[in-house]
Amino acid sequence: MSDSVASISPRGMTWARRKRALARVWRELRNDRSGFSGLLILLGFGLVALCAPLIADRSLLLAAAGRNNPDLAGPSAKFLLGTDDIGRDILAQLVWGSRVSLFIGIFATVVAVLIGSLVGLVAGYVKGKVATVLLAIDNFFLVVPFLPLAIVLAVILGRSPVTLALVIGFTSWAGSARLVRAQVLSLSERGYVERARALGANSRHVILRHILPGVAPLIIANATLIVPGAILTESTLSFLGFGDRLSPSWGKLLDGAQSSGSITLNAWWYYLPPGLCIITVVLAFTLFGRALERIFDPRLAGR
Amino acid sequence: MSSNKQYSGNALLELRDVHVAYPSRRRGGSVARAVDGVQLTLQPGEIVALVGESGCGKTTLARAILGLQQLSQGTIQFDGESIPTDAAGKKLFRRQVQIVFQDPTASLNPRQSVYEIVAEGLRIHGNSENEHKIVSAALERCGLHPADRYLLRYPHELSGGQRQRVVIAGAMVLEPRLLIADEPVSSLDASVRGEILKLLQDLARDKNMAVLVVTHDLGLPWNIADRIAVMYLGRIVEIGTTEDVLARPKHPYTRALLSVVHEHLQLEQQILKGDTPDPTSISRGCRFNPRCPMVQSGEAERLGILQKCLNDDPVLPNKQNNDHIAACHALNI
Repeated sequence: MSDSVASISPRGMTWARRKRALARVWRELRNDRSGFSGLLILLGFGLVALCAPLIADRSLLLAAAGRNNPDLAGPSAKFLLGTDDIGRDILAQLVWGSRVSLFIGIFATVVAVLIGSLVGLVAGYVKGKVATVLLAIDNFFLVVPFLPLAIVLAVILGRSPVTLALVIGFTSWAGSARLVRAQVLSLSERGYVERARALGANSRHVILRHILPGVAPLIIANATLIVPGAILTESTLSFLGFGDRLSPSWGKLLDGAQSSGSITLNAWWYYLPPGLCIITVVLAFTLFGRALERIFDPRLAGR
Repeated sequence: MSSNKQYSGNALLELRDVHVAYPSRRRGGSVARAVDGVQLTLQPGEIVALVGESGCGKTTLARAILGLQQLSQGTIQFDGESIPTDAAGKKLFRRQVQIVFQDPTASLNPRQSVYEIVAEGLRIHGNSENEHKIVSAALERCGLHPADRYLLRYPHELSGGQRQRVVIAGAMVLEPRLLIADEPVSSLDASVRGEILKLLQDLARDKNMAVLVVTHDLGLPWNIADRIAVMYLGRIVEIGTTEDVLARPKHPYTRALLSVVHEHLQLEQQILKGDTPDPTSISRGCRFNPRCPMVQSGEAERLGILQKCLNDDPVLPNKQNNDHIAACHALNI
């Protein structure tokens, strides 16, 4: 630790502190084998999703693209993962599908975390009737059967990836609201919050300086754990036929594999790759999220 | 000796008949009279120790002075004016009255560096000029020097005593005129207690800052306090200069407390018997009568005051500032 710095500006110190905090997170993540492999897998998928146009041309996804190809052909040099029931390259669909699945998973999570944090923060900080009402709404979303609600909303609101992400986000914030509220309740009883109030701080100061920095790590860790759920939900909706017909998500690939009878025809190259991709990404996000949770949550990290 | 009026004219803090009652949670339950008629004045630069066992209302009283607790009756005047209730007035008031809590570890945000913690008060009050200089000076004044060595540290890298120094420095940057120290050393090692108390004493002297030390430990305050106030069940039952109270305790409760702490006084050890005090059912007559050794030993009856003890609530005599007074019927015979 550098103890004595000749002249320290407050801003320079804030940066030094952030850099140190980041370095600590990075170091602990490097030492966490499962969490770090999760991160590497995610980076791999992210890279593929970003470079999709370089790997396969988007025109390969069109129904017309498979006109001259064999239907349900097994893997070959030309089609590394074979073709689907109308002769389209499955690898191309898989690569482009990673874009849709990751986009919807992450965007839905952002929506869920934003709503959840806001509700949790208000319900935890403001006591009284407001909190009671918010908690009632939260309970409703916790217990209401999630899939039917998502299906109904998806049908009503339309099926573009953005609306799908909004629908998924809107139906999966309840858990994080609970989590954030609990943490806010605990934080606002801390001695340093009382000290800040005695110094003359208003709620704005208390929330911005003490409550939010205290819940932020929890929110980040929680977010990485919501993403896999959102990806699974998107796959489920697409598999059930409520997804966006025009974007090739992994769930839609599975839907196609199922309706074309690939399982009875033993065309494993059709249903296995998207299934494996979903499982791998979900697992990677979970490993990474659990690692972040361990690092950020003092109770788990044993600090 | 100066008159009462003159004292109240330049008193920094004046509490008159302060009551704080907590309504019962259950319907039909009785009200808890946590603070039940407290009179107290503090002069600028004066250190007063408020002593009492847990549950006697001393922390509630401290919170009431800070304006964090609503009074159910009575007035608190700071610098001749009642504590403001509007936001701007409150903020200005908070600048002048600061508190140091019992547990320095809990009072410090573990995610903030010493610099940010000490500067917090300045930032809240929008005073950012010379921030670095003021923070360093406050830290060094509180015994952490050179300040640069501590600025970037985090609370968990400091010892308990150093943490409490940081808390005190954080209060001192606002240059308060009254510091309330709620059990400031009870969570610290015995070896650093004296140092922290000495620091409070020095700060009070240098900055002409009044300090109200709230403690349950009669063994501690006597080396720094100018006056001691003993609190029992929501009321001050004895008050006087430190020497008077410690050497010639008047109230049987104070005597009982001192008998177990100060062996040199050679008081017969008295362990109080009877129910522990309960602010929801303060007894009729003197609030101390269920536990009073004088009542239990029959001494009160011999003195002919037993009926008074059981029926009349003794009041503190009207006092001069440094008078040694106690609320006990045995003193008025």
